[in-house]
Amino acid sequence: MYAYVVRRLFVGVIMLIAMSLVTFVLFFASPIDPARYACGKNCSPELREQTRNALGYDKPVIVQWTDFLKGIVQGRDYPDDPELRAAAPELVTHCPAPCFGYSVVNTKTVNEEIKEAFPVSLSISVAAVVLWLFFGVLLGVMAAIRRGTIVDRGIVAAALVLYAFPSFFIGLFLLKFIAIKWELVDVPVYTTIAEGGIGGWLSSLLLPAVTLAMLYMAGYVRMTRAFVLESMTEDYVRTARAKGLRQNKVLVKHTMRAALTPLVTLIGLDFAGLMGGAIITETVFNYNGLGKLAYDANTTNDLPTIIGLVLLLGTFVILANIIVDMLYAVIDPRVRVG
Amino acid sequence: MSDRTSDELPVSAGMPNDDPRPRGEDPVDSDEIDYVAPLEAHAASVADPNAKPILEVRDLKMYFPVKSSGIIRRTIGQVQAVDGVSFQVPEGGSLGLVGESGCGKSTTGRLITRLYQPTGGTINFDGRDISKTSARQLKPLRREIQMIFQDPYTSLNPRHSVGSIIGAPLAIHKVVPRDKILPRVQELLDIVGLNPEHYNRYPHEFSGGQRQRIGIARALTLQPKVLVADEPVSALDVSIQAQVINLLQDVQREFNIAFLFVAHDLAVVRHFCPEIAVMYLGKIVEIADRETLYNRPNHPYTQALLSAVPDVKQAAVGGRRERIRLEGDVPSPINPPSGCRFRTRCPIAQEICARVEPPLLQIGQRHKVACHFAGELGKHPDRPVTAPLLGVDDTGAPDPGATPSPLAANEPGYSDTWYDLERKTMASA
Amino acid sequence: MAFLSVRDLKVHFPTVDGVVKATDGLSFELEKGRTLGIVGESGSGKSVSSSAILGLHRKTSAKVSGEILLDGTDLLTLSDEQMRRRRGKDVAMIFQDPLSAMHPYYSVGNQIAEAYRVHHDVSKRAAKARAVEMLDRVGIPQPDRRVDDYPHQFSGGMRQRAMIAMGLINNPSLLIADEPTTALDVTVQAQILDLLQDLQKEFESAVIIITHDLGVIAEMADEVLVMYAGRAVEYGSGNEILTHPEMPYTWGLLSSVPDVSGDTDARLIPIPGNPPSLLNPPSGCAFHPRCPHRDKVPGDLCFTTLPELAPGTRTETHLKRCHLTDPDAVYEREVLPEIAPDLVEESHS
Repeated sequence: MYAYVVRRLFVGVIMLIAMSLVTFVLFFASPIDPARYACGKNCSPELREQTRNALGYDKPVIVQWTDFLKGIVQGRDYPDDPELRAAAPELVTHCPAPCFGYSVVNTKTVNEEIKEAFPVSLSISVAAVVLWLFFGVLLGVMAAIRRGTIVDRGIVAAALVLYAFPSFFIGLFLLKFIAIKWELVDVPVYTTIAEGGIGGWLSSLLLPAVTLAMLYMAGYVRMTRAFVLESMTEDYVRTARAKGLRQNKVLVKHTMRAALTPLVTLIGLDFAGLMGGAIITETVFNYNGLGKLAYDANTTNDLPTIIGLVLLLGTFVILANIIVDMLYAVIDPRVRVG
Repeated sequence: MSDRTSDELPVSAGMPNDDPRPRGEDPVDSDEIDYVAPLEAHAASVADPNAKPILEVRDLKMYFPVKSSGIIRRTIGQVQAVDGVSFQVPEGGSLGLVGESGCGKSTTGRLITRLYQPTGGTINFDGRDISKTSARQLKPLRREIQMIFQDPYTSLNPRHSVGSIIGAPLAIHKVVPRDKILPRVQELLDIVGLNPEHYNRYPHEFSGGQRQRIGIARALTLQPKVLVADEPVSALDVSIQAQVINLLQDVQREFNIAFLFVAHDLAVVRHFCPEIAVMYLGKIVEIADRETLYNRPNHPYTQALLSAVPDVKQAAVGGRRERIRLEGDVPSPINPPSGCRFRTRCPIAQEICARVEPPLLQIGQRHKVACHFAGELGKHPDRPVTAPLLGVDDTGAPDPGATPSPLAANEPGYSDTWYDLERKTMASA
Repeated sequence: MAFLSVRDLKVHFPTVDGVVKATDGLSFELEKGRTLGIVGESGSGKSVSSSAILGLHRKTSAKVSGEILLDGTDLLTLSDEQMRRRRGKDVAMIFQDPLSAMHPYYSVGNQIAEAYRVHHDVSKRAAKARAVEMLDRVGIPQPDRRVDDYPHQFSGGMRQRAMIAMGLINNPSLLIADEPTTALDVTVQAQILDLLQDLQKEFESAVIIITHDLGVIAEMADEVLVMYAGRAVEYGSGNEILTHPEMPYTWGLLSSVPDVSGDTDARLIPIPGNPPSLLNPPSGCAFHPRCPHRDKVPGDLCFTTLPELAPGTRTETHLKRCHLTDPDAVYEREVLPEIAPDLVEESHS
């Protein structure tokens, strides 16, 4: 098991390095000139050339990429100019290892950017996962048990209706009506635990998390329902009934445990995807999370930030996959003991 | 996700496995297509000892590596699925491979169709060795050797019509022009006893027996010389099995196809094949013509296997044969027992069996057996018949006084001379 | 009265297309210590009927009617909770495929002990000890170690032994074995059948063995019930039915199966056609579309009228559902020479 995880991590690191290279190549293959954005409006060709030089965009892609990898290991100075550092150290930003780059657009190191945005996205995502998992699985199981009844049809229909609304609509609805018009909750502003305590933190997450959860819950209701129904027809569930077990015991011990296995995979991947994927929700509520950061970096051609985000989110997907596989081993003895 | 289907079929949940869903759901008019072959057609094929072999397998081996679970995955062992198997299948004849699950019979079948690359040995098909042929060069070969699978429910792609399933090989191998594919497909449907007009239907519209007919039609499309049939009837209802067996015999006769018939059902194999090989843990333990193998088996495993088959007709006349009980399970093919692989479950095993592997010794005109104590049931010799031939004493220890005889063991086919167990000399016809 | 008496059992599944009559009026009796073999193909209603005895059908999907008298109590009149208390205790079942019939996530011992704890108020430790005892009884080597293994670590034969241990742990008076050896190799099948016979002697239980394999029936059954399209078509003592079958479907089963001892030149005579739809079963005798002997019945009786399950020409207890008036003569003249020519010669010489 231990060796397995080490092997997976090793492969993951290689994948991340490859991803960073692909991002570099794609970035420079595009017709947009990144230096133009950095140089600002009224940029003369000379100035643009100077900027490109200062940002290092004039170097070959491979050199830039190896510089980037070196920076992760050793740290880097921006601009990386020993003379300037000697002459005017206040103009040079040092980015300690592991350095993922420096965003000229935001005049911050990528590490700083992520450090600010990450807790926001993580908080929203975790809160959303907890919400949709709890309600999605609960409603899905209820629908499966009462299959074909009005309860089942009602749950499935409601989930579908919610799913049909785009998340910006749900987000705006919650914001405009629940928070602003009816004043049921405060207008959400992201609050860290340090600022507002656990309570303040949680209440600031409520509306964005609900918005996200609505989107995913519908799918989880339907999938849970399908998995439970499928598992109910398994031979071993019939064996359990033939033993004379009570209905509830059959459901919890035999049906649910098997039905929840495939959900674990989905949760892991959805969670990883959510980290950078909550763009709309973060925009609606104006939370400065990773999604918003990614969106901004894209519109301004901010290569260092884009690369930093690609690697971070890639890391999440890889870790989520490893964790899912480890969870499988915990759940299913066929994976654990050959 | 599955709402629609589950609503339409409310009986499916919580149902026991006896599926009450109507078979007649398939709209294929069953009276129209059911195939009742003329009775004269089905006499079992006869072994022609002089027919030249279309397929000759020599010392075939298939080892699957077992990987360690460390950081660097090393091969730490091998599953010896097939370990030195030799046999011949004559042109238009059929050889049955029987044995219990894990004995390597299905792997052998797949090696012949080259779904796997054998670890060792040769497969001589029609005069050339195909055991090392590359994937690209295999394409023409695939026309000549076809396979019929066990499960008619999973071996047909549900999204393709029957016509395209049967016609696909014709298109891939470009044997006939495009506009000739459909007539050929209809001809094939007719041969296997299905309505030729049903070429545009989908597999789910057919019953299990009919699907197996489709599988047979697909295998026949390219007019193969060899058909590997892997448990072709074991997934079918009893009353349907006979229909399919009869059909297979008809196509064998009509197209002169050689069969490698892989099955666990000894009665079905006996019915179909004039020559049968019994496998145990990757090796052939006994191979003989049908009469010899079933009436005078010499290997204790064959004897046990035969005695374990419940025989309805025997019971109908009142007699119940004594069963030979085999204890335990088949050992792991990763660490097979030393010497004779059957010795751990063998009722007559002795010291020599653990030390020396018995050679597959020809003991009759068309009869080979791999046992130190080969003999008919109840007449197994007290001393190993193989010891003098192998140059060992009765316990299997090397005997300096004895000279081992040159044995043509593990050759495919039979030799004109054989070792007579009774007289302990070489004999010939 | 017999220990188990099933009368006019019907199991109907309402579907949007109509009612699927999986079992339609089944009656039989069984004494303790005896074995009833139910033979039939898939869709004949054999497994559906036995699930009904165990009360496994959900009321929402199946309509079960008739009487199932076990030791005088009609199981169909019991409440769900009363039936649950008997399930696994008085009536137990073992299933066809022991790999899918055991939960892959729980150890074999856990699952066997669970069957015991449902009906006995004992500690987990005591239940596990009992599970080890049962594993030992069914011939699992090193039961105290293997008890913690998971089903996938067992071989097919061992899994079926474990299923038998699970079924017998509460010493049930009725054991239903649904295709218990179909998924197994012949030598293992022989072991399992021997084990079942030994255990039946020891526990004195009544056993219903469901199979499509007449060979298994021949080895195991005292009485035989042949089912076709949800109904019994032949019922009598095992010996009677195997030596003097009186119903063309049974003949078909006998003649279509190859065997290991008969004449190899004997042809297989298949039953033409496919098993019928239970949604729209054929009129009259359900077997008539596949029956090669329907011409011997005068008029269109086979097409219009369902024959009664009534005594044939031999004994009062050998029942058949067929319009043929002289089935024995037809069998000896037309069927027996096909399936066992050697037997016919013997009787003439």
